[in-house]
Amino acid sequence: METIRTSRRDFIKLSVAAGGGLVLGFNWSDTEAAGIALVPAGASDAVNFNSYLAISPNDIVTIFSPNPELGQNIKTSFPMIVAEELEADWSKVNVVQAALDTKKFERQLTGGSGAIPHSWERLRKAGATAKYLLIEAAAKRWGVSSATLVAENGRVWDKANNRSLTFGELASEASQISLPAEVKLKDRKDFKIIGKPIRNVDNQAMLSGKPLYGLDFYREGMLTAMIQRPRSFGMKVKSFDGTAAKAVPGIVDVIQFKNNVAVIGKNTWSIIKARKLLKIEYEKEAAIESTPDHDALFRKLLDAKEATVRRKDGDVDTAFSGAAKVIKREYQCPFLPHNPMEPMNFFAHVRPDGVELVGPSQTPDMARNEVAKLLGIAPDKITLELTRLGGGFGRRLKADYVVEAAELSSLVKAPVKVIWTREDDMGGGSYRPAVRYRFEAALDKDGNLIGYKLRGVGINSGNPTREHNFPSGAVDHLLIDSIEHQSPITTGAWRAPITNFLAFAEQAFLDEVAVEAKKDPVQFRLDLLDRGKKSPVGEIRYDIDRMKTVIQLAAEKAQWGKKKNVAQGFSVYFSHRSYVAQVAEVEIKGGKPAVKRIIAASDCGIVVNKSGAEQQVRGGIVDGMGHAFFGNLTFKDGAAEQLNFNSFRLIRFKEVPEIDVHFVDNGIDPTGLGEPALPPTGGAIANALFKATGKRLYNQPFNKQPDLEGVSLGRSI
Amino acid sequence: MANYQLLINGKKYQTEADPDTPLLWVLRDNLGLLGTKYGCGIAQCGACTVHLNGLAVRSCTLPVSTVGTKKVTTIEGLSADGTHPVQQAWDEVDVPQCGYCQAGQIMTAAALLAKNPKPSSQEIDTAMNGNLCRCGTYHRIQEAIVLASSKISK
Repeated sequence: METIRTSRRDFIKLSVAAGGGLVLGFNWSDTEAAGIALVPAGASDAVNFNSYLAISPNDIVTIFSPNPELGQNIKTSFPMIVAEELEADWSKVNVVQAALDTKKFERQLTGGSGAIPHSWERLRKAGATAKYLLIEAAAKRWGVSSATLVAENGRVWDKANNRSLTFGELASEASQISLPAEVKLKDRKDFKIIGKPIRNVDNQAMLSGKPLYGLDFYREGMLTAMIQRPRSFGMKVKSFDGTAAKAVPGIVDVIQFKNNVAVIGKNTWSIIKARKLLKIEYEKEAAIESTPDHDALFRKLLDAKEATVRRKDGDVDTAFSGAAKVIKREYQCPFLPHNPMEPMNFFAHVRPDGVELVGPSQTPDMARNEVAKLLGIAPDKITLELTRLGGGFGRRLKADYVVEAAELSSLVKAPVKVIWTREDDMGGGSYRPAVRYRFEAALDKDGNLIGYKLRGVGINSGNPTREHNFPSGAVDHLLIDSIEHQSPITTGAWRAPITNFLAFAEQAFLDEVAVEAKKDPVQFRLDLLDRGKKSPVGEIRYDIDRMKTVIQLAAEKAQWGKKKNVAQGFSVYFSHRSYVAQVAEVEIKGGKPAVKRIIAASDCGIVVNKSGAEQQVRGGIVDGMGHAFFGNLTFKDGAAEQLNFNSFRLIRFKEVPEIDVHFVDNGIDPTGLGEPALPPTGGAIANALFKATGKRLYNQPFNKQPDLEGVSLGRSI
Repeated sequence: MANYQLLINGKKYQTEADPDTPLLWVLRDNLGLLGTKYGCGIAQCGACTVHLNGLAVRSCTLPVSTVGTKKVTTIEGLSADGTHPVQQAWDEVDVPQCGYCQAGQIMTAAALLAKNPKPSSQEIDTAMNGNLCRCGTYHRIQEAIVLASSKISK
């Protein structure tokens, strides 16, 4: 297994020129019309595909992977799917990372846990088509019926006559066979690669320090730049004096564009020092907000008369006025920066004849289009080469840092790499929005949930509710509405957008409702789901049976309610097409509660790569737990108050609990796993802490809540 | 600007830099050794960890003028071909997700094991707590260190 990076044109040229062989072009996105085609010998411009499969005469199978890799392990999982149907020898599979150089607009994105669900069938068909061609070629060569032949581990076998040919030996002949109208896909029970733990194809490069990331991109003659953006949202540049900065040796220029002052130089350290010498005066352009303003605003909005109704079933007013018991609780979360370990950066070279962009992006097509718009040129004049992404978490879905680099390069007429410091990154916006929820539940005298209200208010949050999620559909009288406050503080998608906090609030609330209803929290959820199944109220957009299955699996694996001296908390959530239930376990150590263990049951359909999937679940839980406990970005006079890891706390090595990962084996096509494990974690932990201490948590971060003093974290406590 | 002779990965390098330039930026900007990563610039995340005479240090806050004749080892010099027991263990356990922090994690772990080939889980916790991983690969890092320890002890 090897991995390299090249442009599509070069890939086609190399593959086709490599002395025959078989090259198939295909599109992995289901939004594309084109299916699969043979790329003929001599082709140099068959670029209307976003993926390719090449089999060379020396048996090497090369798969061209078009999508950004940011740690979700797609670069390994995609080729596994192709190789499975192809019956390839995995040790002879290479993966090539694509640059964005098609003429055609196409979906090339990583976000929303959608990569595998979108491409599953396309990838399988590509592999199966190649296998078909190889078998037909062998049948022709031997003069036997193709029905008597099988492909196995990189060879086509005629078992009756005990002979075989390698894929490489058949590749050129296979390229002369006509494509089949339909191909038969493998039965799941025959999978040999899918479902196995396959190591990351980039391991060797990553572990030996190869320059894979955007920040590692250097080119002879390139300039480096840092940009001073306004520290406060709502401020704009009034004037600046860059004289002192420009006098620093190694600095080439200091220029202003829009609300930015860029320091451009030849080495990073000179730029860091010079930037500190900038004198910039700002003036107010919009509202200057602080965290206490938001706290007051949230309380006002929760009581506002007018709100956008998201879902309404039955008659909540009557249900609540006739209820035996009403429970009303509020939950709030702060802004969060994404903090990928590799800060934002991008290389841009704007030349008169075209633009070259190189760097890490989750949305290269969007970035290219925005740059085209900025410069007033056609997108096909722009090439964008993707590097590996040092994390994304949603931050690199935005193209601001790409556009900025292109603008700067066009102004200084030179190749420039713009790099962000950690402070730029944390202070630079596009945060997870701060949100506050009010939940209300009405119970009848038997403890049945007869009414449910949720109001979400948020800052640049869009719709902060997910109105069709559980328990919608299982409650007769329901009202979900929201209010969004517009602010100069910028927000964006943050891993498991909205649900990263909504799930905590909802699952903590339902736990409290279950206790008030005198029901076991797990049984309470199962009863609600049964109720929704039996007589659904309005539309139900989640699969009740799949949700029940993960609940039961998590409860079984955690021995729910059966363990002595362990306080357990339950949580379950459906997001991004997948279902995850979690049990958190808290033990009392030295008189203090310790978060020791999390048991997770996930239904993401078929698990493609056992190793990668387990990583996504563990990583999602660590992420969810870390930010629930510590994540806190506050504002004073429009400026973020935490700018680096000394004041913004990320979860550390010894704080992570044991995490047991289980998957539901149901044969459903894969439904995504980059995000769904994160949302349930905060709720499971809060509910376990309640069991252990009798105290409820309503706001994040947990470590700022007075009731949480003395809680310790970690598997080895 | 001053001239510095540095001994990195067993090789002599000569370079010009301001005395206060952190070793990190000398490695990356001047010498093209890009395996050592920038993450925070204030010695809080460990992505920039290198060895100085065998000890794990944060190169983002280490002025080049203080390096002198001390031996610097970066991820590129940990082994010639990625076969240091820690690198092998990291591959076998399949540790990386995005991978960005892993060079720093590996350098910290390698320094720990060089000094203490059979660390207890508490000793591993203490040594690794300064290295952040935003993807949350901590469990596998722990597992890989235990595996590397068994490889070294063989």
